[in-house]
Amino acid sequence: MTSGSTPTPPIPAKAGGGLRTSLLGRVGSAPRRRWVDYAFIIAFVVLLLITAATSDVFFTQRNLSNLMRQTVTNGLLSMGMLVTILTGGVDLSVGPVVALTGIMAAGLTEQGLPLWGAMLICLLVGVGAGAVNGFFISRFKLQPFIVTIATMGAFRGLVFVYSDIPITPTDPSFRAILGAGFIGPLPVSAVIMLACFPVVWFFLNRMKAGRAIVAIGGNEEAVRLAGISVPRHILLAYMISGFFAALAGVILASRLGIAQPSVGSGFELDAIAACVIGGAILGGGGGSAFGTLAGVVTLGLINNLLNLYNVQSYYQQIFKGLIILVAVLARRKER
Amino acid sequence: MPDSDFLQMRGINKSFDGTQALREVDFSALAGEVHAISGENGAGKSTLVKILSGALQRDAGEVLLGGVPVELGTPVRARRLGVHAVYQEFSLVPHLTVAENILMGEMPGGGVLGLVDWARANRRAEEILQEIGFVGIDVRKRVRQLSVSHQQMVEIAKAVAVRPRILILDEPSAVLSQEELDRLFALVRQLRQESTLILYISHRLDEVFEVADRITVLKDGQVIGTVRPQEADQKQLIKMMVGRTLGEIYPSRQPPGREVMLEVNGLAKAGAFSDISFSLRRGEILGMSGLVGSGRTQVARCIFGAEPFDAGEIRLEGRPVHPRSPRDAVREGIALLTEDRKRDGLVLSCTIRDNASMASFESLSRWGIIHRREQEARVREKVQELDIRPPLIDRLARQLSGGNQQKVVLAKWLMTQAKILILDEPTRGVDVATKVEIYQIIGDLAAKGLGILLISSELPEVLGMSDRALVMRQGRLVGEYTRAQASEEKLLASAAGVSQ
Repeated sequence: MTSGSTPTPPIPAKAGGGLRTSLLGRVGSAPRRRWVDYAFIIAFVVLLLITAATSDVFFTQRNLSNLMRQTVTNGLLSMGMLVTILTGGVDLSVGPVVALTGIMAAGLTEQGLPLWGAMLICLLVGVGAGAVNGFFISRFKLQPFIVTIATMGAFRGLVFVYSDIPITPTDPSFRAILGAGFIGPLPVSAVIMLACFPVVWFFLNRMKAGRAIVAIGGNEEAVRLAGISVPRHILLAYMISGFFAALAGVILASRLGIAQPSVGSGFELDAIAACVIGGAILGGGGGSAFGTLAGVVTLGLINNLLNLYNVQSYYQQIFKGLIILVAVLARRKER
Repeated sequence: MPDSDFLQMRGINKSFDGTQALREVDFSALAGEVHAISGENGAGKSTLVKILSGALQRDAGEVLLGGVPVELGTPVRARRLGVHAVYQEFSLVPHLTVAENILMGEMPGGGVLGLVDWARANRRAEEILQEIGFVGIDVRKRVRQLSVSHQQMVEIAKAVAVRPRILILDEPSAVLSQEELDRLFALVRQLRQESTLILYISHRLDEVFEVADRITVLKDGQVIGTVRPQEADQKQLIKMMVGRTLGEIYPSRQPPGREVMLEVNGLAKAGAFSDISFSLRRGEILGMSGLVGSGRTQVARCIFGAEPFDAGEIRLEGRPVHPRSPRDAVREGIALLTEDRKRDGLVLSCTIRDNASMASFESLSRWGIIHRREQEARVREKVQELDIRPPLIDRLARQLSGGNQQKVVLAKWLMTQAKILILDEPTRGVDVATKVEIYQIIGDLAAKGLGILLISSELPEVLGMSDRALVMRQGRLVGEYTRAQASEEKLLASAAGVSQ
């Protein structure tokens, strides 16, 4: 409602609050709603930390670094997933891409390629897999859900074509840096993941292509009629998703020291869950990098705590499902 | 008001997120009356009728139907009480047939298998359409195959089919042609005879004056007053709506330049339009009128590269151009303000900043990174120039009123330094005060040397703004009038194909 009688509030000066709101700001959200968006997650994380404090094991260096390394895969996948969700799509094919790039990384190292070389090839494969998704979605205007379900199957097949048995590289350097390395108290893999979030934030909020991607999810036709190429940006979004899936794949294989062709089933659901808990709207029109990080941390904490308390994995799945429902319900009112 | 008022709403309050949308609204209307509700965008008209139709819940107050207090909790309950609403947003199921939509929930059929009796369904639907005077719609067609105006008529038919006691029509005329509008008015009068209460919401004052028995004006969520059309004129009504008298509606114009900026020769698209030729000079406002569906919008979209065309030539400042995408067109300096800003003009979930700078990302960024300070400066400049309120560039487009949203779309194109500006219904769904502002802006832009193609269904607008006016009918240009020659009668006659 606009009304002529209310005085127009003065344009806020660039105060300290500006940075905070812009950092936490969910893409396309009203300023005053921003705290509400995070209230749920913050409350939940605090609750989890209190629970954690009752455990002897939680605050040990070993558990914390485990926790961090375990969230890396989902953290990386979630960022790619977020970008596709922002365009109004989704990428269900990330699981097989994780498996493909992981097993290729192991296989190529085993054949004598240096790790960096293998990694580079795997990242390219990931980007290529994303380009396949993006090509079909943007060129033929197919539904992302259907296209990535199809490629999910096809990519999984490719993994088994490459190798139907697990590969364990004998070269110790395969595990040393990415999977087991530390920078100070932090695992290398966690540092990589945490560094990616600001990059994605910067891309989505400060770059031409990022803003276009966010806008496409809001109203594709308006973006096209503003003279921006929609197919190009949708293609880019899926390539980004493929890139992160590949990075996750290589790091996961390196952490485990063994690359399984069957790895990665259900990974896409965890990534979607993290985005949604973090405020992303399936179908586009909302979502942010830091909200997604909060979602990743929430899910990671739940997994870790349930493990510490020896809760069976079946119950873990039930619990995770409930959390997602509660998170979405908590935000429902403000829509 | 006497007690015999069929509908009484007393002390209605409603607020959204702390904004008071309705304040102690008392509203009453008689059975067998056409009661128009007028007011600027955001005055609370839609909120009021949505409370009546059960789509929104009131915070306080009571609603009486025939003297009995009622609870209208949900649209279903409101419908059971005989309140039916036709909103601007359609509620039809696109892949079902016209008949199925009209008879929704009451499809004839039976037997053990519960088979649909299609013959009877189609006959019944045809009868309903016939009864209310909406002929020429094939009830077997799927709704998505119909034109927008026919869809609107099906929507109305669906509501009328059940003989409601209260029928709410929210901006029903936006997509209707003059002829269809006349049929709608005939229907409204017929329903009035049958003592239905019709609540009619429209931005077009001439329409309100034609059809309404009484007009209630809302402003800032309060009732300003109720008048009879015989007792008031449009000026008084506008004053009630805006709270002040408006100055001249249309800006004074300078004669356009001689230099031709845009030339269109023999443009054609199969099934849409053919043989379209015209030229647009520097600083000229070229009006384009015609009925909805006459091909105006498609001509605009083809020039802008949003749709391909089959034949013809477009010259920009003497140079042939062929925009294959809006991207090409924007680069050539052509801008298109689309007729439906919510559908394809704005990203509602994005901010003013994003929306306004969207078409100029290229010039605002280096190595793909947007230059924030320059973006902010240029958006603020346009926000000030166009007086967009509130002037908060990080406000979401969704939170703005219709008029301000339209200004944001204008800002988007003004930021691109376009040379040719195509405006398709630039004042549709915009309140009166903003309309006048937009006319002023368009006048200023022409004075700056832009060539402006103004497509509009509102004849006063075409006449008041244009240096020349074109008329389209069934995909062809059927008339061209200079400012001196043009009159409402002439434009209407050639749009309808009536020779004079």
